Amino acid sequence: MKVLVPVKRVIDYQVKVRVKPDQTGVDLANVKMSMNPFCEIAVEEAVRLKEKNAATEIVVVSIGPQAAQETLRTALAMGADRGIHIVTDDIVEPLAVAKLLKGVVEAEQPGLVILGKQAIDDDSNQTGQMLAALLGWPQATFASKVELAPDAATVTREVDGGLQTLRLALPAIVTTDLRLNEPRYASLPNIMKAKKKEIAAKAPADFGVSTAPRLKVVKVTEPPKRQAGIKVKSVQELVDKLKNEAGVL
Amino acid sequence: MPVLVVASHDNAILKEATAKVVTAAAAMGGEVDILVAGENAAAAASSAATIASVRKVLLADGAALARQGAEALEATIVPLMGGYDAVLFAADTTGKNAAPRVAAKLDVMQLSGVTEVLSPNTFVRPIYAGNAMLTVESTDIKKVVTVQATAFRPAGAGGSAPIESVAAPAEGFGSTFVGEELSKSDRPELTAAKRIVSGGRALGSDEQFRRLIEPLADRLGAAVGASRAAVDAGYAPNDYQVGQTGKVVAPELYIAVGISGAIQHLAGMKDSKVIVAINKDDDAPIFQVADYSLVGDLFTLVPELETELAKIGY
Ligand SMILES: Cc1cc2nc3c(=O)[nH]c(=O)nc-3n(C[C@H](O)[C@H](O)[C@H](O)COP(=O)(O)OP(=O)(O)OC[C@H]3O[C@@H](n4cnc5c(N)ncnc54)[C@H](O)[C@@H]3O)c2cc1C
Ligand SMILES: Nc1ncnc2c1ncn2[C@@H]1O[C@H](COP(=O)(O)O)[C@@H](O)[C@H]1O
Repeated sequence: MKVLVPVKRVIDYQVKVRVKPDQTGVDLANVKMSMNPFCEIAVEEAVRLKEKNAATEIVVVSIGPQAAQETLRTALAMGADRGIHIVTDDIVEPLAVAKLLKGVVEAEQPGLVILGKQAIDDDSNQTGQMLAALLGWPQATFASKVELAPDAATVTREVDGGLQTLRLALPAIVTTDLRLNEPRYASLPNIMKAKKKEIAAKAPADFGVSTAPRLKVVKVTEPPKRQAGIKVKSVQELVDKLKNEAGVL
Repeated sequence: MPVLVVASHDNAILKEATAKVVTAAAAMGGEVDILVAGENAAAAASSAATIASVRKVLLADGAALARQGAEALEATIVPLMGGYDAVLFAADTTGKNAAPRVAAKLDVMQLSGVTEVLSPNTFVRPIYAGNAMLTVESTDIKKVVTVQATAFRPAGAGGSAPIESVAAPAEGFGSTFVGEELSKSDRPELTAAKRIVSGGRALGSDEQFRRLIEPLADRLGAAVGASRAAVDAGYAPNDYQVGQTGKVVAPELYIAVGISGAIQHLAGMKDSKVIVAINKDDDAPIFQVADYSLVGDLFTLVPELETELAKIGY
């Protein structure tokens, strides 16, 4: 079974993000970019499925600027077989990403698509669900365990009250949560091998999809700052402050 | 045109988040209807009908909606949208799961985790783990929104809206429920709790997490939360995780015990009214957002705190 994994290039999770003074966005100049952590988990899961012979081929796809090639190379070094790069300098919203991915799915016919549950830049948490709706496929979001059979996937999901397990008829969509696995680091030989793997370049127009945004950024601002608090010297002082100063006891 | 609010409920009980999402919906102007989609959910619908200023409650009741799966919610909501300008969900796991399907079917871009409604088409939402606030205008004709319920006050009670039945879909979406493992607890629900005690990696084991964090929480009538590190290590179940990718909470009192204060954790709790941090590292980032910082070893300070609370009647 072919598995498709969409991967997004985002600001690294350790970077302290700064809002631009002109309020048009955040400062992306010279900051470290990485694969979205939830996408890393998605790639890792696909590679493990292949290692268990449940998957036969892993295709990774990224929509973004030229530099998104690096993200695809990282996925190829982790064990994906080939890449598709839909090149665009526009900011592509989840709806348009889902439409482009639908085009890729129609061309590639995977049995399973594994996405991250959320991109840590826009924090949208939308794309997988949108793709599932556009394809009319079942979905299991926030996965912490995936078992793949030829005709079905059994997926445990992290939900507000605990864990829920669903059985999805294939083809289906899965989105990853943090506890699904711990992504591997690519070894040097695999990084070298990945350089030779194929990445096909495409454009949004190849799929007849418009990436014109539906949402207009009015402004991007700093979040409200909390007043600096105080250091208390003892538990007694803490309880006294909570009771008599903050009034929360 | 009116706004549809999709209720948060477990068939029997309506969650408080619903009344908060109604407040967000009312801020868009126009009338507000509530959809209760479930199985044997008449009780939840009756509660929804008492929320003040709600025009009517729609009840979609059927086996396919027993667990409010995304596919079934999509099939219930999309046909109703001819009559609405907008549909709002709480940004809980049910809402996050279903809302984007509705948006895609309506061919509109969703607004996720909205914390402020400025006009019928302008919203504020956090991005980059809350390191930036985005003010964004939707140009789509219909709006699909998930609401960060903790950012809104609940709408009042005292209403008596009529309840109307609407169609529930038939089963058969290629998704079958196999089972669930729900955390059982008599403590308040994390996202609705007035007080929260959260433990981090420093607790060191699930045994110590239970021995130190839970009694303190119980003394305060608080919910229990955790950092990702504590959940990953198996000290606490997944549904305790507070943060960018876990639950967003805003209690009156948040006590962080042995949590460093990574941005991903702060994203989930920095809107708490009063924050207390206990950490042995004088420079822990959590102290930058704490109102009261206590530097020291949690293994001595937490039992001391319990004793001190007992003295004042907790
Ligand atoms: C994609 C992504 C999403 C994430 N989402 C979340 C999320 O939703 N929520 C979340 O919490 N994290 C999240 N994280 C993880 C986050 O980056 C941090 O790794 C995590 O919050 C750290 O947990 P911690 O504070 O318990 O552990 P640590 O950072 O290890 O901190 C432990 C703290 O305990 C203190 N300590 C140690 N011993 C004692 C003692 N005896 N007494 C007192 N203090 C002591 C230490 O000084 C330290 O400050 C995410 C990360 C990524 C990459
Ligand atoms: N530009 C993109 N290219 C490839 N995959 C993407 C892109 N944007 C989003 N995705 C996928 O959708 C997931 C969720 O993203 P989002 O809905 O933006 O939070 C990500 O983890 C990726 O798997």
